[in-house]
Amino acid sequence: MDTFLQLVLNGLMLGGLFAIISVGLTLIFGIIRLVNFAHGELLMAGMYLTWIGTTKLGLHPYLLAPPLVLVLFVIGVAIQRFILQPLLEARDAHVQIFATVGLSTALINLALLLFGADLYATPAAHVRDPILFGPFRVVVGQLVMFGAGIAVVTGLHFFMERSFLGRAIRATAQHRAAAQLMGVDVNRIYMVTFGIGAACVGLAAALVAPVYPTSPTVGTYFVLTAFVVVVLGGMGSLHGAFIGALLIGLVDSLSGFYIAPDLKEVVIFGLFILILLLRPTGLFGLGRGSE
Amino acid sequence: MLTLNDVQAGYGRTTILHGINVTVQKGEVVTIVGANGAGKTTTLRSIAGLVRPTAGSITFEGEPIEKLSPHEVVARGITLIPEGRQLFPFMSVRDNLRMGAYTPQARARMATTMDEVMDLFPRVREKLEQHAGSLSGGEQQMVAIARGLMARPKLLMFDEPSLGLAPIIVAQVFDVVEKIVATGVTVLIVEQNVFRTLNIADRGYVLENGEIVMTDSGEALLRDDHVRRAYLGI
Ligand SMILES: Nc1ncnc2c1ncn2[C@@H]1O[C@H](COP(=O)(O)OP(=O)(O)OP(=O)(O)O)[C@@H](O)[C@H]1O
Ligand SMILES: [Mg+2]
Repeated sequence: MDTFLQLVLNGLMLGGLFAIISVGLTLIFGIIRLVNFAHGELLMAGMYLTWIGTTKLGLHPYLLAPPLVLVLFVIGVAIQRFILQPLLEARDAHVQIFATVGLSTALINLALLLFGADLYATPAAHVRDPILFGPFRVVVGQLVMFGAGIAVVTGLHFFMERSFLGRAIRATAQHRAAAQLMGVDVNRIYMVTFGIGAACVGLAAALVAPVYPTSPTVGTYFVLTAFVVVVLGGMGSLHGAFIGALLIGLVDSLSGFYIAPDLKEVVIFGLFILILLLRPTGLFGLGRGSE
Repeated sequence: MLTLNDVQAGYGRTTILHGINVTVQKGEVVTIVGANGAGKTTTLRSIAGLVRPTAGSITFEGEPIEKLSPHEVVARGITLIPEGRQLFPFMSVRDNLRMGAYTPQARARMATTMDEVMDLFPRVREKLEQHAGSLSGGEQQMVAIARGLMARPKLLMFDEPSLGLAPIIVAQVFDVVEKIVATGVTVLIVEQNVFRTLNIADRGYVLENGEIVMTDSGEALLRDDHVRRAYLGI
């Protein structure tokens, strides 16, 4: 029983990390209507930056979270402004999606060029220190990811519901032309949205780098899982992504132990295909925030 | 206040407006009358910045606005209440109204405007927490008008506010439009119900196949034979 509960605990903590990554992905999908295939490579870029910041500048990885959030926000805004927005006028909306695939490939190759294919380990700096709760054991890094996941989702929720900008973001997703008639600069909304989505992976990068080795293709693993979460939660839904992330975290943790560590991805993607077949709108229906 | 000078506009390669001239003076109520497909909506969309004119100029308070983006036009004080309501369906009515006050100028006075607008629409006040998409067609139209007023526009444009509504609701919409006109805001209105509209309009333009074929005072157009035959069915 204690083992089971420990696995549940581990799963929920892992879910916190998936939540941060997935929320960014689902936001970009729900608002810009764009599947961002470069999401994982932004995470990868953030992880290399964390590695540089810790090993070259001697900073604690968590201390790098705020600047990374800022840097990734700016990168996200720039991608939307200089790559995706010019393609908005293109006749076929798929052009934008191909652009993110291209960006993903370009970033992977850039990383290969700069860092080679080796694994880079960011110093753990007490992030792996255990904390005991009675019979249960978590490491500092897990707890921080879980707390950060809840903070990000809650923060974004209030931002979207209460602020003028958040409301304008929702309005743009629900009726673009009408939002323009209210005085909303929709290009700016898309830039901010992509920026927030990228900023989420900036945070995730600083949290995950000390516990997971960095490589040019590291983004793929996390983001494929995030895609499952996004579909599970109902594409475009923040709350759905949060619940979905916790569920996938649980499935990851439990199947890794009870089935086989090597098979947990098979289980997750089996689930993914099952959801697509049985309930393509996700477990929580359509994301209400965005149509 | 507003001047359209030889404005040409269209979609893709098709030209819809073939050089139209329209003016609206401060405080006036002006209507554009025309058959389906004449280009009335295209005219309003050109002013709002949603359609970019291919030739001609549009000036508002002496400044050219034909190259501005829609949000910049709104910031100048022009608001379009679009055809077909175009509410944000998954937002509460209150949030829809807040969106109406998005520009910095409107935002600063939002609470006051909200009170004023609610006085005009007592029914909307009761529905504030409901999703806009769950309202009836008539209620949605009232919210669309209320949302437009939230911007505190200098020039308010209506596109077919009574389209698709039951006669009793149409009457309510006109009551509201008349109340808004009475507050002194400048209005440019396009409306199927030509008779009632010409009655409240100071002046009107007749638009046929993308050209202005006639313009006169509202009363004069009501008496005109061509207008009576073509648009009033008399
Ligand atoms: N987005 C569009 N793309 C292509 N053609 C369009 C578009 N919108 C309108 N048109 C065409 O432009 C012409 C004028 O349309 P417009 O909507 O301005 O007419 P209208 O006078 O408002 O008509 P109605 O009384 O039916 O609303 C029509 O022939 C219409 O088919
Ligand atoms: Mg029309």
